[in-house]
Amino acid sequence: MDLINATCQTIVMVAISLVGAYVFGIPLGVILVGTRKEGIFPNRFWNAILGWIVNTIRSIPFIILLVALIPVTRFLLGTGIGMAAVILPLIVACVPFVARMVETSLLEIDKGMIDAAVAMGASKLQIFFNIYLPESIPSLVRGAAITCIALIGYTAMAGMVDGGGLGQYAIYKGYYQYQYDQVIYTVIILVVLVEIIQLGFISLAKRLDKKRGNIK
Amino acid sequence: MVKVSHLSKDFETKEGKLEALHEVSFEIKDGEIFGIIGKSGAGKTTLLRILSQLERPSSGEVSINNSVIAKGDKVITNNKIKKTMGVVFQGYNLLMQKTVARNIEFPLKIAGVNKTKWDKRVNDLLRFVDLEDKKEAYPATLSGGQKQRVAIARALANSPKILLLDEPTSALDTLSTSAIISLLQKINQEEQVTIIIVTHEIGVVKKLCQRIAVINEGKVVDYGTVQEVFANPSNIATKQLLGV
Repeated sequence: MDLINATCQTIVMVAISLVGAYVFGIPLGVILVGTRKEGIFPNRFWNAILGWIVNTIRSIPFIILLVALIPVTRFLLGTGIGMAAVILPLIVACVPFVARMVETSLLEIDKGMIDAAVAMGASKLQIFFNIYLPESIPSLVRGAAITCIALIGYTAMAGMVDGGGLGQYAIYKGYYQYQYDQVIYTVIILVVLVEIIQLGFISLAKRLDKKRGNIK
Repeated sequence: MVKVSHLSKDFETKEGKLEALHEVSFEIKDGEIFGIIGKSGAGKTTLLRILSQLERPSSGEVSINNSVIAKGDKVITNNKIKKTMGVVFQGYNLLMQKTVARNIEFPLKIAGVNKTKWDKRVNDLLRFVDLEDKKEAYPATLSGGQKQRVAIARALANSPKILLLDEPTSALDTLSTSAIISLLQKINQEEQVTIIIVTHEIGVVKKLCQRIAVINEGKVVDYGTVQEVFANPSNIATKQLLGV
């Protein structure tokens, strides 16, 4: 396994998990906001249950989740090792994280805009699709940068189940083969990756955010 | 006609019950410019929120053109009535991620107006509020006066019969205030829209309103034409507002 290969594996793991985490995390975040007392479909029971599930998963350290999910991964994918086996736990770990991010972004919306729509006679769904979602997009993009960087951290543990990636590479070369220079290279690549992600998402969020006075 | 009868509104606070409005009654005739005036905290905005069906009263009744929109502690949600009313909020409440044109289109979209008619209506309204060159601008790039004109254009999109405005000039300079006053007069005269304006600015009231209700500590303390009330203020709160 070389460094370039390991970098590619990390990028693939992060990209697939990020998509998976948002596919499930956005609806979950929306439900968390919607079922609140003042939400568009208030339901105290489901809000409490989902909130509890989200908090529980978030409180489990990823390395434990990774091991705990091996039977599930084996059942679904037929194997408990390799990159595919890491992606499922990565998604499971990130969905609650994304859901809370989405929840925070949606709750940042100025209530005055909602008042304006209610006064016009807008339905709850119209308010959701015309105000909540479009007005929170810059904040959601900024949240995606944080999720993405957290995911890179999680992928470092993929080596536990032979998932590959930079984490496994650094442990293998540095810890077992005493090639410390390879560890340094790994760290440099990780720093560069994080910087690119941070800059990329933040500049995208800035471009999308018309609240700051950007003209199309 | 807007009829408010024995309207009261209480809020539960940590310190106990806060009476924001107490037995408020008045009538607003079709086509007039009516001012609800009073100092900060008098209950004006609560009253406007009840009129725009954003808040439910604790007791009393509000009817618009003989349709009851709030009775007792219930709001009778009536989207048909809502679409005959336009509301301009104190903080403009524009959609910040949407252009001026998309903001003005929004009520048309909500009301289910055919998409092919949106552009013409938006252009007409932009011409009316003199903001044709800002059609594709975002609210963040506009001045306070321009934002207020967009908010007014948006409130007029569905050709309402009644326009409610909460402190429309309080954040504006003298020049912008004069422009908004002229615009509101134009709306009232050319479009025959009844205007209900909540304000604490006496200058605006004198220039714009025909009749007023002065609110103090949640009660109507003076009510009548501007000339009558200002010539003969019966309450100390009105006198304080007038500076006499």
